[in-house]
Amino acid sequence: MPELTYREAVRDALRKALREDERVFLMGEDIAEMGGSMAVTQGLLEEFGPQRVRNTPISEMAIVGSGIGAAIQGMRPVVEIMYEDFLTLSMEQLVNQAAKHRTMSGGQVRVPLTVRTQGGAGWSPGAQHAQQLEAWFVHVPGLKVVFASTPEDVRGLLWSSIYDDNPVLFFEHRTLYPIKGEVPEELEPIPLGKARVHREGEDVTVVATGRLVHEALRAAEEAERDGVSVEVVDPRTLLPLDEETIIASVRKTTRCVTAHEAVTRGGFGAELAAVIQHGAFDWLDAPIERVGAKFAPLPFAPVMEQYVVPHAEDVYEAIRRTVARG
Amino acid sequence: MTTVEERTEPGGRPLSRDELRSFLREMLLIRRFEEKVEERFRAGELPGFLHVAIGQEAVATGVCAALAREDVIASTHRAHGHAIAKGTPVERLMAELYGKVEGCSRGYGGSMHLYDLEVGNLGANAVVAGGIPGIVGAALAFQMRGEARVAAAFFGDGATNTGTFHESLNLAQLWKLPAVFVLENNGWAESTPASQHLPLPVEKLGKRAAAYGMKLIEADGQDVEAVYLAALAAREHALSGKGPVLLHLRTYRLTGHYVGDPQVYRDKEELARERATRDPIELLKARLELPDDDWAALDAEVTAEVEAAVAFAKAGTDPKPEDALKYVYA
Repeated sequence: MPELTYREAVRDALRKALREDERVFLMGEDIAEMGGSMAVTQGLLEEFGPQRVRNTPISEMAIVGSGIGAAIQGMRPVVEIMYEDFLTLSMEQLVNQAAKHRTMSGGQVRVPLTVRTQGGAGWSPGAQHAQQLEAWFVHVPGLKVVFASTPEDVRGLLWSSIYDDNPVLFFEHRTLYPIKGEVPEELEPIPLGKARVHREGEDVTVVATGRLVHEALRAAEEAERDGVSVEVVDPRTLLPLDEETIIASVRKTTRCVTAHEAVTRGGFGAELAAVIQHGAFDWLDAPIERVGAKFAPLPFAPVMEQYVVPHAEDVYEAIRRTVARG
Repeated sequence: MTTVEERTEPGGRPLSRDELRSFLREMLLIRRFEEKVEERFRAGELPGFLHVAIGQEAVATGVCAALAREDVIASTHRAHGHAIAKGTPVERLMAELYGKVEGCSRGYGGSMHLYDLEVGNLGANAVVAGGIPGIVGAALAFQMRGEARVAAAFFGDGATNTGTFHESLNLAQLWKLPAVFVLENNGWAESTPASQHLPLPVEKLGKRAAAYGMKLIEADGQDVEAVYLAALAAREHALSGKGPVLLHLRTYRLTGHYVGDPQVYRDKEELARERATRDPIELLKARLELPDDDWAALDAEVTAEVEAAVAFAKAGTDPKPEDALKYVYA
């Protein structure tokens, strides 16, 4: 199997969709000549031209809103919001328009829009270029929310998002762009709403998203040395959520840790914990542990940044706490 | 600035008396529909709350008459007139206000979310300026596919103070999109007068087009013929590839912001003066010198249509509660 970086995998899905389907086009800030602030769309302007790879003004509301309008008219736009933090500027269109058109119209309208965005700490961007806001959107009926952690997943899930008839918030993690991974020769769509079991285990399930999937896998290796067998599950799609896979895993292991880079309070881990306690209450041998960032805007100085966001050691400690309950 | 003075279509065709009479009929239908809706609301038959556009009928009628069936619109919270003028039958609108399955949004939308994709109504919108960017996107789709269609957004003077308005017009002009931005300037942002929300005189609001290098077309929004001709010119310009148009129409809201609004903020004498002198229906009726019996017949006809719509709506089907979840996802 060929190897791609996470960045190349995103680009590969975009390129294939642009090649095969005239309805697909890209809009966003600096995505054309510059190739995007994360270099994801590099080379696409040259191949597809300025009609289909569109630089926009710095107008997040209009970027998302015009994507919605074009989607309703039968296009399949993929718009890029440069940083997740800037989703705040397009919230009205995402939450009041994209998510609600279908219901408000009594089923007349479809909004096949994909909103790609990225964020994440680990490079001292400060408080306004690194948030992890995915949980906000899980609270909005009508949206779908994807957060991929590997090159294979990001490619297959982006494809499925573009071809989903609903608005999809597609989260990428800044620090994952350079990671490499094997991908199938031909792009294989990965259905939305299907979790991936990265590692099977017997004693504890870690349900992790984004960068924390990789941290959880490191923590699992560490725990293995202590004789604790850890299963790592990545939901990949947060909305809709593959509750079945997650609950089955916890029923097997009887212990669970949730892990994401977003702040713990009100984070996606809270939703996971609620789903798991309901679906596996009689199987649980320990309280569900939640791993996430400390409750603070992300500080700039590297030592403070590293203190706030979670790492493999935090997941490891949480695993230890669940097994300590006997 | 272009002011449409000459009373002919592009190409020189004057409007016939029959055409003007059909405009009058539609405006009166909208008026009687909204009066009925107010009445039924006060009688406690309609859930939610309502905004009527009494006094603004010439804008809806004139603009939508200039649009083709395949053109699309986005409307506002004051939406009944736009929906009727774009072609949704009044019984389907009335059924929507009663929350019935037969409604134009199948009972999921209500007064502020009237949709009818078949006639190109992409939806009324309860967020001020919320529908404008979607129109930019629709126009973009038409342009990319080479379709000779325009997308038109209705919004009020209050909406011109939002970032959404600015971002949308800026983008539409940048890409020379076939869009018409219909500014229904009634001088009120809910209860706040233009003097408290605009840093320029209310009648000069069209000047904002200059900030985007956008074509401005202005007309008296109480004169349906002027509105129609201005909208035709706007549509033609938008389709020509020269870019979008800000269509600035000065109009008057002869009622409160919502049904039941006591309008404590409004000068009663000024309102009385506007009613006496700026009612678009009275203005056209006078211009046509319609005989009393002709007027009475017209009124009886549209009133009967509205009564039939109420009967249709009341006999409509209540949605099943569990159908609430039916259209969350496609």
